[in-house]
Amino acid sequence: MPAPHPDSWTRITPEGLYCEPGGFHIDPARAVERAVISHGHSDHARPDHGAVLATPETLAIMTARLGEGRAGREQQALPYHQTLVQNGVRVTLVPAGHVLGSAQVVLEWRGSRLVVSGDYKRQPDPTCLPFEAVPCDVFVTEATFALPVFRHPPMRHEVQRLLDSVRLFPQRAHLVGCYALGKCQRLIAGLREAGYDRPLFLHGAQASMCRLYERRGIALGELLPVPRPEKRGATVLPGEIVLAPPSAEANPWARRLADPVTALASGWMRVRQRAKARGVELPLVISDHADWDDLLATCAEVEAPEVWVTHGREEALIHALAARGVRGRALHLIGREEDEGADPVPAEEEAAG
Amino acid sequence: MSLPAFAELLERLVFTPGRNAKLALMKRFFATQRDPDRGVALAAISGELSFTAAKPSLVRDLVATRIDPVLLAWSHDYVGDLAETVALIWPEPTHRPNRPPPDLAEVVEALELAPKADIPGMLSEWLDLLDPGGRLALIKLVTGGLRVGASGRLARQALAEWSGQPVEEIEEVWHGVPPPYLPLFAWLEGRAERPDPRDAPVFRSPMLAQPLEAPDVAALDHTAFRAEWKWDGVRVQASAGPGGRRLWTRTGEDMSGAFPEILEALDFHAVVDGELLVIRDGEVAPFADLQQRLNRKVVGPKMLKDYPAGLRLYDLLFEAGEDLRALPFDARRDRLEAWFARVKPARMDLSPQVAFSSMEQLAALRDGARAAGIEGLMLKRGDAPYIAGRPKGLWWKWKRAPLAVDAVLMYAQRGHGKRSSTYSDYTFGLWRADGEGGEELVPVGKAYSGYTDQELVWLDRWIRNHTTSRFGPVREVEKELVLEVVFDAAQLSSRHKSGVAMRFPRISRLRPDKPAAEADRLETLMAMVENRPE
Repeated sequence: MPAPHPDSWTRITPEGLYCEPGGFHIDPARAVERAVISHGHSDHARPDHGAVLATPETLAIMTARLGEGRAGREQQALPYHQTLVQNGVRVTLVPAGHVLGSAQVVLEWRGSRLVVSGDYKRQPDPTCLPFEAVPCDVFVTEATFALPVFRHPPMRHEVQRLLDSVRLFPQRAHLVGCYALGKCQRLIAGLREAGYDRPLFLHGAQASMCRLYERRGIALGELLPVPRPEKRGATVLPGEIVLAPPSAEANPWARRLADPVTALASGWMRVRQRAKARGVELPLVISDHADWDDLLATCAEVEAPEVWVTHGREEALIHALAARGVRGRALHLIGREEDEGADPVPAEEEAAG
Repeated sequence: MSLPAFAELLERLVFTPGRNAKLALMKRFFATQRDPDRGVALAAISGELSFTAAKPSLVRDLVATRIDPVLLAWSHDYVGDLAETVALIWPEPTHRPNRPPPDLAEVVEALELAPKADIPGMLSEWLDLLDPGGRLALIKLVTGGLRVGASGRLARQALAEWSGQPVEEIEEVWHGVPPPYLPLFAWLEGRAERPDPRDAPVFRSPMLAQPLEAPDVAALDHTAFRAEWKWDGVRVQASAGPGGRRLWTRTGEDMSGAFPEILEALDFHAVVDGELLVIRDGEVAPFADLQQRLNRKVVGPKMLKDYPAGLRLYDLLFEAGEDLRALPFDARRDRLEAWFARVKPARMDLSPQVAFSSMEQLAALRDGARAAGIEGLMLKRGDAPYIAGRPKGLWWKWKRAPLAVDAVLMYAQRGHGKRSSTYSDYTFGLWRADGEGGEELVPVGKAYSGYTDQELVWLDRWIRNHTTSRFGPVREVEKELVLEVVFDAAQLSSRHKSGVAMRFPRISRLRPDKPAAEADRLETLMAMVENRPE
């Protein structure tokens, strides 16, 4: 008997991708009875599900971000590479290389295998395990950067540009916008790898997630809060690097920094108009998503005859896959952010004045 | 590695708003790059390099052989700019040639010498050797679309700060030395004497005036001064002789290409200082007309006919190679008048001297002058030599009192650089009938200066507390706050929704005491318009 095609045992509901025999959703957009969560970014990990299955790291991140009691009434930790059987569906979590704890959800039912990759990247990241390609019948991929203009340079290249700017402007602070979960810690690790051993200064929003990473054994070096100026109108931290959520430079909080060079670490910084529109002085092309070349290489590596695309620039990826003899299908999932792991800028700084 | 270094410099200049930061970037570039590359880069920044070696269509054709056309079209739609799309999308070669990326000077020389048929091959070879930033710089360079986030003037300021030589001397020298300016760099590094520009049409740093404020007026000995009208045009220097002809802005930008009719009229051997204006039948047109002619690379016959340019002269710096700058102003004026009577240059006239016998009389003349094209008066000491820069007490500009309206704040935008967390740019409006029996506000201008630091803090807080909606960096606010806005002139404009444009509006006073309904009406501003058709 041939294995059943994955579209016979999964379907798209208003909440997102649903596994029929298993009775659970994967990364649902709103609260459901049972959810498997690929990673802790807020557009994948929503609050108030009944039961949540995820890696131990993702569960810890969800609890830290959503608050005790809102990260699933019932939590079940499934470490990487261990298999759990739910109503005959085998569920295995495999590293996705996106952020700490990020996983591809591998589902097997009656000899048919579906891999839901969540968000992923192929570039090295010292703060999480690398992506592993799992051969499958259907591969579900994101397409955030699915245009051939998106090619991310190696991170050390961008880190050098940042350090070069710090050397050139010793009288100015460098305010680097980066998402609090994943990007921030990867950038810190990249700076440490480049030999930068001065303290790094964190906006309050970044600090708690960094502490969580450090408790999980990822060393980030000396991290300090951004001090207040001693007297009114004075500024602080010339020559230092400050990490803050994107757009923090627009808040009065940023006025305490010495004539800051505003930098932003994002894959979108590849395109000038995007960088210009954000008013960024030093765009850094650093992304936690696969670029165009890596999307195509990954689809080839998993050898899937069919690829489903969750969100992003589906049409370009599907067009390119067709030219390679792979069938593509757009899932049109709602509730996914175009920005990389976008989280609302925390309210702290408006209040802080 | 210098094309990548140049590309990185361009990239940072594009995104860097601050003048000092731009200077720091350029100083380091000139200090660390070698000859002749840094000189070629200086030429590129100053707009002295222009290639038409490749049309944008050639670049499009090159990439079309390597990229799926559908993906190329979608990418172009997304990125917007063709050169940038090609730079980003160019496939990395599977076997990267074992060669360093080309030098900037190597590229420029090859482009100058190569037969046209060889250019596509050369271009794709270089593109294979470069990273995306380098590819973008290369494509912009060869297609003549290079836009630099810094002026040539600022680049020369960077040279001055780096070398310790005065910028006025660098200005004089650099126009007389062709790219890549090896003698210039040798002088700046103390390895050679200062190059001598001789007869080349170089730019001489102009003499500038200080603003005359009320307290200075009383102290002025009016008998020592001569008066002229201050024209509302563009200050220029025309330099002509056996070495060539040039028209410079007062910051040393070459604007010869935009004013071919003026260049044609420079059939003499002299350097003159004057005001560039649009003049019809002897009448000076408002500044908005001159604006139509500025910043153009090519000028069509219709432009030349509709917006005829002329030069109103007020000083003579060189006559047939003789430097007159050490002479007193009165003597230079005599030489100017004699020279003008003899040479009778086309498209030029003399800026007349205004007779007066007291400061009171002069003040009355200044305030009475509301004609288009006049901004106020210039006062020049009769015994002053022509000194580059802004020497104290020799030349004064005495602008007429500004016009003012009370307007209502409508939108606010965050500034750049140090002001990126502060709402510092304000769009304001005036009342008019909305055609349905009510009143509406129509935006009439935008201002981002004039206020004090304390007023800025107050405004920023007011805006954050009275926001009704947000669009990116812009906030719409409750229509409650009255601002007193002063400006130099009002002119009819079809480009503005209100039909009127203000010259140099700035915030002079905050009027939180005044109810918004009592702010001025659009008719009040319209009555101040100068170029009203009769």
